[in-house]
Amino acid sequence: MVVADKYEMVCGLEVHVELQTKTKIFCGCTTEFGGEQNTHVCPVCLGMPGTLPVLNREVVNYAIKAGLALNCEIAEFSKFDRKNYFYPDLTKNYQTSQFDLPICGKGGLEIEVDGEKKWIGITRAHMEEDAGKLVHSGETITTSNESSVDYNRAGVPLLEIVSEPDLRSISEVLAYLEQLVQILEYTEVSDCRLEQGSVRFDVNVSLRPIGATTLGTRTETKNLNSFSSVRRCMEYEVARQARVLNAGESVVQETRTWDEGKGITLTLRSKEEAHDYRYFPEPDLAPLVIDREWVEKIRKTLPELPSARRVRLQALGLSAYDASVITQGKAMANFFDEALSYYGDAKTLANWVMGEVTRLINTNQSSMDDSPISAKQLAELLDLIDKGTISGKIAKSVLEEMYSTGKEAKLIVKEKGLSQISDEGALQGIIDGVISANSQSVEDYRAGKDRAIGFLVGQIMKATKGQANPGLVNQLLKEKLS
Amino acid sequence: MGTEKSVSELHELLVHKDLSSTELTRAYIERIHSVDPELQAYLTVLEDQALTQAAEVDYKIAQGEVVGALEGIPMALKDNMCTEGIRTSCASKMLENFVPPYNATVTDRLRAAGTILLGKLNMDEFAMGSSTENSYFAKTRNPWDLECVPGGSSGGSAVAVAADEAAFTLGSDTGGSIRQPAAFCGVVGMKPTYGAVSRFGLVAFASSLDQIGPLTKTVRDNALVMNAIAGYDPLDSTSVPSEKSDYTKFLVNNIKGLKIGIPREYFGEGIDPDVASVIQAGIQTLIDLGAEVGECSLPHTEYAIPAYYLIATAEASSNLARYDGVRYGYRAEAADVLGMFKTTRAEGFGQEVKRRIMLGTYALSSGYYDAYYLKAQKVRTLIKQDFEKAFEKFDVLLSPTAPTSAFKFGEKSANPLAMYLSDITTVPINLAGIPAISIPAGFVKGLPIGMQLMGKAFDEGTLYRTAYTFEQNTNYHTLKPNLSGEVLARGSR
Ligand SMILES: [Zn+2]
Repeated sequence: MVVADKYEMVCGLEVHVELQTKTKIFCGCTTEFGGEQNTHVCPVCLGMPGTLPVLNREVVNYAIKAGLALNCEIAEFSKFDRKNYFYPDLTKNYQTSQFDLPICGKGGLEIEVDGEKKWIGITRAHMEEDAGKLVHSGETITTSNESSVDYNRAGVPLLEIVSEPDLRSISEVLAYLEQLVQILEYTEVSDCRLEQGSVRFDVNVSLRPIGATTLGTRTETKNLNSFSSVRRCMEYEVARQARVLNAGESVVQETRTWDEGKGITLTLRSKEEAHDYRYFPEPDLAPLVIDREWVEKIRKTLPELPSARRVRLQALGLSAYDASVITQGKAMANFFDEALSYYGDAKTLANWVMGEVTRLINTNQSSMDDSPISAKQLAELLDLIDKGTISGKIAKSVLEEMYSTGKEAKLIVKEKGLSQISDEGALQGIIDGVISANSQSVEDYRAGKDRAIGFLVGQIMKATKGQANPGLVNQLLKEKLS
Repeated sequence: MGTEKSVSELHELLVHKDLSSTELTRAYIERIHSVDPELQAYLTVLEDQALTQAAEVDYKIAQGEVVGALEGIPMALKDNMCTEGIRTSCASKMLENFVPPYNATVTDRLRAAGTILLGKLNMDEFAMGSSTENSYFAKTRNPWDLECVPGGSSGGSAVAVAADEAAFTLGSDTGGSIRQPAAFCGVVGMKPTYGAVSRFGLVAFASSLDQIGPLTKTVRDNALVMNAIAGYDPLDSTSVPSEKSDYTKFLVNNIKGLKIGIPREYFGEGIDPDVASVIQAGIQTLIDLGAEVGECSLPHTEYAIPAYYLIATAEASSNLARYDGVRYGYRAEAADVLGMFKTTRAEGFGQEVKRRIMLGTYALSSGYYDAYYLKAQKVRTLIKQDFEKAFEKFDVLLSPTAPTSAFKFGEKSANPLAMYLSDITTVPINLAGIPAISIPAGFVKGLPIGMQLMGKAFDEGTLYRTAYTFEQNTNYHTLKPNLSGEVLARGSR
């Protein structure tokens, strides 16, 4: 991004992802979201005296899976470390995390912005435990008379994915984040419910004069939880840093926080007051040794990733745009793929999935996951159109009926008598009637006004409540009038 | 009645119905009432609970059921092992009123073995100290000389056994905290291999060094208690998956051909000459019994104390960070959260604990990490290698447990460094993670002297065999304090 033709933005991201295990990283407590305060806790995740962590192997499986999907090297030897700092939401006043030997090493993913492809490097991804949550009686911790702590989230497993500072524009950042979230969702490593805080973003931004090769001083803004906050925060921060530089001052290296309401970033702590985390190896957990068989076993469980899916869908005749819309969410992509196994015309199928099906889901404020229409049912409906049993227009109303009743297309067509009239004999009489009742249009048509035939077809469709086979009506009408 | 007897003797009396567990438990409670006001080994005594548990065992015996080796035997735990529903204070103001809702694994295992819990024992606050002078509640006295410390940090555990206030006890050993008080009080104390006994529920001091072990009147008792507490625990990732072994099968009175190494560094400067000659006599006894003894070297011994104090305090600074007044324990009043943290910790911790937290925080802080913590870890590796090398030639290594006999109250507490140096012979064992046992080996001026036997990792068996053979051919373990300093022979033996 070029700011006032003078600066180039450089951005790196740290993304915290809640892994979708059933239990916490070091104890057997549930990771379920919500619940009464402090009901999903035990002595271990509360860090009570004498308690010890026991690593949940599922967390390692998920971390390996995410690492493989992000093209990362999986370390054969990694370990946990303690990150020491005092905060009431931290039960032990240290966080068990990974420091110098993370489970996932170098990797990356490809993004596409304005038709241009670019590789964004991932530095590392490591496992750690989440902290609890402070609940204040007032606006902030300092203005509250009372603050309580909810430790339900303490010990929920996180994967922190750190990118290289390869991002040069807000569009690139958003493309990277969308890609990343998509991959995590596809691999079912995380439910990626941003609104529940299951994915959080830390944004590192710096500016440098165009053409410079060294990095400028960066700020880190922590804990953003939506793509729109990331975009707004970056717009603000880039403009702020540009203002500072334009005024001949230097950007202060610091940690900042995003005020969603005011739309500004604020200093959280400066470099001087930065934490000394006093990392050291967690003595309560043995180092983690991952043999290659373990990794290969997990590699076999990897689903087809969104990028590969897009390539496959385009090969089936879909446009790049359609392929990207279909693969945006895992639920839609899976629905499409399943329907495709029953119905071969990918293009028609894509139109229906992106069009009518999506529209119905959106108007009902539902989601693809709990669509009452199965992929197989949609395929059967499309088959009815192809066989000429119903018209496309009828099919749309049948689909609505399917959505609200859960009935099969065939049953609805039968019950409501919606079958298309393709019987020439039955149509002849209706056509004759329309011709004699609309002599003016007939004359117009014969006088060369082609549009008049549309009116006549419409009248015939109306007379048959839309059930007449439109192709046949056209053909028979033209024969009669010629 | 019976309180002076060993666990194995008491077991015989119980199964032959010559004594009931209730009678025995009452006898211990009476003993505690009569001697503990002076000794201060106990922080909590559980009269009612103990008698209820004893009645259950008596009922079982009356029904003709077979009872285990520890069933109905009254014992006590160091107050850093969690006991559900029973205060676990770590001898700290910080946890003065802390009642855990869970048991330590050792607590569960001893309960499952049918033992009777008499109470919780005094210690140095958070197990930091070598004299039990750092307890927030009381100073425990050495029954052999009330003017002397009992050693530490498991001072209460050693005294309770030595003064017949419990049939056996558990202590924890981070740098000698079982062995040194065992030596000072004339009892048997085992620091098992790191990972042999679960640490779950042991309030942590230094996680990579802490290990729970038994303090007993005899070597057999020690093996019996180890049978009950050792073994893999899924709640402790550092506990070692292993088959349950029966340590009593090593109790054979025969060490012919056993190779014993004498590390010369453990007999150097600072070792009291009287202590050295007691140990020399002990070595001669072992030679007479058929052992082959040779000198060996553990060249990195001189770096053990600084390395130990860096690693132990680094881990302690992190382990003790959770005591902040937010969730449990002592909380100071303050205007804001940070103030509450600071005041709670300032008021809740004693001097020695604060000293170590500061040392550990410093050792881990950026800029000093490489010079202190990392270097200490490297030394630790070298010390481990020293032992591995020595064990290529020897089955067991032997040394004094402590450089001196029990010292006087206040003698070293004004000089922390002098106090730290009293751990010189015990600390390297914790750094290496190997097992070591201290057994009574003689007296100097009426105070007991301990002999330390060190073994290969998970070779507690050879230590028990050696210790048992020594014990069967000497009488030091039969001598008892009479609480006025005079040494008396134990009646029944
Ligand atoms: Zn838990």
